[in-house]
Amino acid sequence: MNPLKLLKAIGFWLLVVVIVVYAVFPFYYAILSSMRSGSALFQVVLLPEHFDFSNYIAVFAEQPFARNILNSVIVAVSVVAVSLFLGVTAAYALGRVSFRGRGALLLMILAVSMFPQVAVLSGMFELIRRLGLYNSLPGLILANLILTLPFTVWVLTTFMRELPKELEEAAFVDGASPWIVVRRVFLPLMWPALVTTGLLAFIAAWNEFLFALTFTLSNEQRTVPVAIALITGASQHELPWGNIMAASVIVTLPLVVLVLIFQRKIVAGLTAGAVKG
Amino acid sequence: MFRRLLLAAVASIAATGFAHAAEIAISCGAVGTELELCKSGAEAWAKKTGNTVKVVSTPNETNERLALYQQLLSAGASDIDVFQIDVIWPGILGSHFIDLAPYSKGAEKDHFPAIVANNTVDGKLVAMPWFTDAGVLYYRKDLLEKYGAQPPTTWQELTDTAAKIQEGERKAGNDKFWGFVFQGKAYEGLTCDALEWIDSFGGGTIIDEKGAITVNNPKAAAALTLAASWIGKIVPDGVLNYGEEEARGVFQSGNAAFMRNWPYAWALGNGADSPIKGKIGVAALPKGATDGKNTGTLGGWQLAVSKYSKSPEIAADLVMYLASLDVQKSRAIKGSFEPTIVALYQDKEVLTDVPFFGSLQSTFLNAVARPSKITGANYNKVSNAFWNAVHNVLSGKAKAEDSLAQLESELKRIKRSHW
Amino acid sequence: MVSFAAALSPIFWGDQMVHQSELTRARLRSAWIFLAPMLIVLALVAAWPLLRTIYLGFTDANLSDPSKAQFIGFDNFLAKYEGEWSGLLVDPQWWNAVWNTVWFTVRSVTIETVLGTIVALVLNANFPGRSIVRAAVLVPWAIPTIVSAKMWGWMLHDQFGVLNTILQNLHIISAPVAWTANADTAMWAVVIVDVWKTTPFMALLILAALQMLPSDCYEAAKVDGINPIKVFFKVTLPLIRPALLVAVIFRALDSLRIFDLIYVLTSNSRDTISMSGYARQQLVDFQEVGIGSAAATLLFIVIAIITVLALTVGKVRLAEDTAR
Repeated sequence: MNPLKLLKAIGFWLLVVVIVVYAVFPFYYAILSSMRSGSALFQVVLLPEHFDFSNYIAVFAEQPFARNILNSVIVAVSVVAVSLFLGVTAAYALGRVSFRGRGALLLMILAVSMFPQVAVLSGMFELIRRLGLYNSLPGLILANLILTLPFTVWVLTTFMRELPKELEEAAFVDGASPWIVVRRVFLPLMWPALVTTGLLAFIAAWNEFLFALTFTLSNEQRTVPVAIALITGASQHELPWGNIMAASVIVTLPLVVLVLIFQRKIVAGLTAGAVKG
Repeated sequence: MFRRLLLAAVASIAATGFAHAAEIAISCGAVGTELELCKSGAEAWAKKTGNTVKVVSTPNETNERLALYQQLLSAGASDIDVFQIDVIWPGILGSHFIDLAPYSKGAEKDHFPAIVANNTVDGKLVAMPWFTDAGVLYYRKDLLEKYGAQPPTTWQELTDTAAKIQEGERKAGNDKFWGFVFQGKAYEGLTCDALEWIDSFGGGTIIDEKGAITVNNPKAAAALTLAASWIGKIVPDGVLNYGEEEARGVFQSGNAAFMRNWPYAWALGNGADSPIKGKIGVAALPKGATDGKNTGTLGGWQLAVSKYSKSPEIAADLVMYLASLDVQKSRAIKGSFEPTIVALYQDKEVLTDVPFFGSLQSTFLNAVARPSKITGANYNKVSNAFWNAVHNVLSGKAKAEDSLAQLESELKRIKRSHW
Repeated sequence: MVSFAAALSPIFWGDQMVHQSELTRARLRSAWIFLAPMLIVLALVAAWPLLRTIYLGFTDANLSDPSKAQFIGFDNFLAKYEGEWSGLLVDPQWWNAVWNTVWFTVRSVTIETVLGTIVALVLNANFPGRSIVRAAVLVPWAIPTIVSAKMWGWMLHDQFGVLNTILQNLHIISAPVAWTANADTAMWAVVIVDVWKTTPFMALLILAALQMLPSDCYEAAKVDGINPIKVFFKVTLPLIRPALLVAVIFRALDSLRIFDLIYVLTSNSRDTISMSGYARQQLVDFQEVGIGSAAATLLFIVIAIITVLALTVGKVRLAEDTAR
């Protein structure tokens, strides 16, 4: 290895280290905090001095936290499934078929993302109640679509449009229906985009707080962010920091696992196996 | 005592006699002691009356809780029957609650009159006092002794003592030591703190009982000028973004001589792992001048019954039960919740378990209420304008006199012809 | 919304293109069938809440008795009361919030885009342990905002915050900085946390775009021995531009609507309050549903203008219908 190459490698790894530290340090600090309690929380430490999991136990003992996690999983998975299905079909129409008004339609979809959530809240509350979905998971799934659909449609449309034209033309000449084309030709090529948007939509639904708080009432229907916000101390002003951090660590881990599972798919697209620059 | 019990029993029989057993949903804290005590109290009532209760947990963050309540109440939802509301909410939410006077049978007379007055909106008793809170001064007994000082009786005295201790402790090697911490973030807590300064100087309560805007006066300006002089000297700059827990963090780590906070910090500061365990003293907040008065801002929570409830009589009965002497006493002993019934501050059992209740009785009794009753639904606007004006003075962006004059005209704009 | 409807009407019912082959017509038909489910669902969840908000902006609705709301025209936006102009358009607090939000958005989105691109390029490279790094980078995005905001508030605390301790140990600062308390640093503190939180979003979208690039361009460049930085600006960037722009647009839309992060970090301080914070304050804290909805509508208009400007300047191909 010549010196220049070595220097390059060192620079690259330094960059990787900086990125990882920047991203993970606060989370690491959360893990540290989750093992401490009482006055110890007000002291700064950088290394764990003991492993104490009592906060983790408390999180599960004091509320139906496992149930909350399950609720979040159900809501997030459903939101992702619905968004991706609607997103892919719409993206095909918007990205591959030319008809007039596409631009206006895309803008209108985008406009939905231009209202602050708190302003939409009351109307959504009425809608959910009128549909009889108050305090139920389907209600939350429906409400979350307003957050994920515009984004999913736009991203998928953009990616769909970038794919070479010859792909589908060959299939159409063979007499394939549009649905077959989407499924057989586009979907396999779209994996990176699908996994990415799916992941982002999943996290959006997983973290959503305002709708989840307002549209549910019983602890058994609540999702994780709400459950964390409901963690109270013995008295009104006390913030049970250790418990909150423990709960946050618990809810972040499934997402990390999810990323580890799906990150292979992110790279499994068009260029899989090819040499990259 | 016996008569009261009998009355309560009669009332509950009457209530259950009219309607069938019902399920009452009550909003409480979500976990920990607060939930436990709320649950056990409500379940005891359910057992006695044959009704069932459902505890709905609501967020700890006061603002989020208010937002949730408003959403439910403005939609006329009957999902929650009994609401636990903050002391400043009767004016804001009062129109959604029933008048409890017909159910209380005069029981409110045993409670702190200031809170009962606060909970009476347009002649309606919209909520029963449940537990109270008031700002108090925490000090380090050991440090006062070390520097030969007494707990301060005026703010000026506090300023001097804090400066002396801070200087000494820093020389001794703790360069993180500060004289005083309080809640200086631009939020409701700052309104509480600043109201205490101004009221203790005799500068009034921002808006008087009749609704006149009184805040622009020399005494109020003097109070804020003194407070602004603390920042960066005996109080860390960061206090401008401190809430209750940030202030407690500094004090409880042993890095401050004085702290303004609510009584909750007492038990935590004396916890087994606290570095300042046993070294904490609690006193009433200082006076403005020797002719001023001790004051603390009134806090605490009330119980109200939604007028959209399907069985308001039964819900009201639950409220009366929870606000009763027996339940408040057991909450005081088991969870250090400050009772709103005057007699409990002389109760031997209570005082053995929570000794400082006795010494703070006058603080609770004389606590100053924020002008939430007279300003009604406009209270949050008033408070927001006030804390922003104070925050500007503290951060040195404006002089107290100018800021208060501007605040006055802003409040006039909010008020227009009436509150 | 009115303008959108106007823009759409000739498109929906106007003249169809004349020379259409059977295939094109079949594709058009199927396009609408493909679009329908998404449009129906979106209309179901969005139409009522959005139209209701716009309508309420023209009323004096108040939370304490919503049934008494009356139509008052543009009074929430601009009105004369006792010879004095009032309303949102002359409210300095509103414009302060607009300024804060735009200031915040420009800075945070710019930093996020640059950082996100760098992170994406690193993640796109082949190196051992890549999958772990990928997961690690996504962690900030995965933590619920309310939690991460509180966490950072704790870490930024001037007395017992870990950030000051680290910076002091590294001798970067000599005395603790009150990050969130000082008006000058408070907004930057918000930007730092937002960048930390949302760079993964950018990075992931850009990474997906990088992954979908055809590899032949690179090989050609590699054979020619062109400087990799040059390759990035000349080849990669133009190719990922559409995806990059979409990522920027959605990030900008999100940060123009930012609320919870600022609220948790610095409360409703006037130094940092955002447009959404202002709307929420009116809607929730002040019970002024009318004014709050008007503010939300105005916020929508501000964002729409910025978006259309960005789309025009960025030359985003929305409707290159004629090209195909």
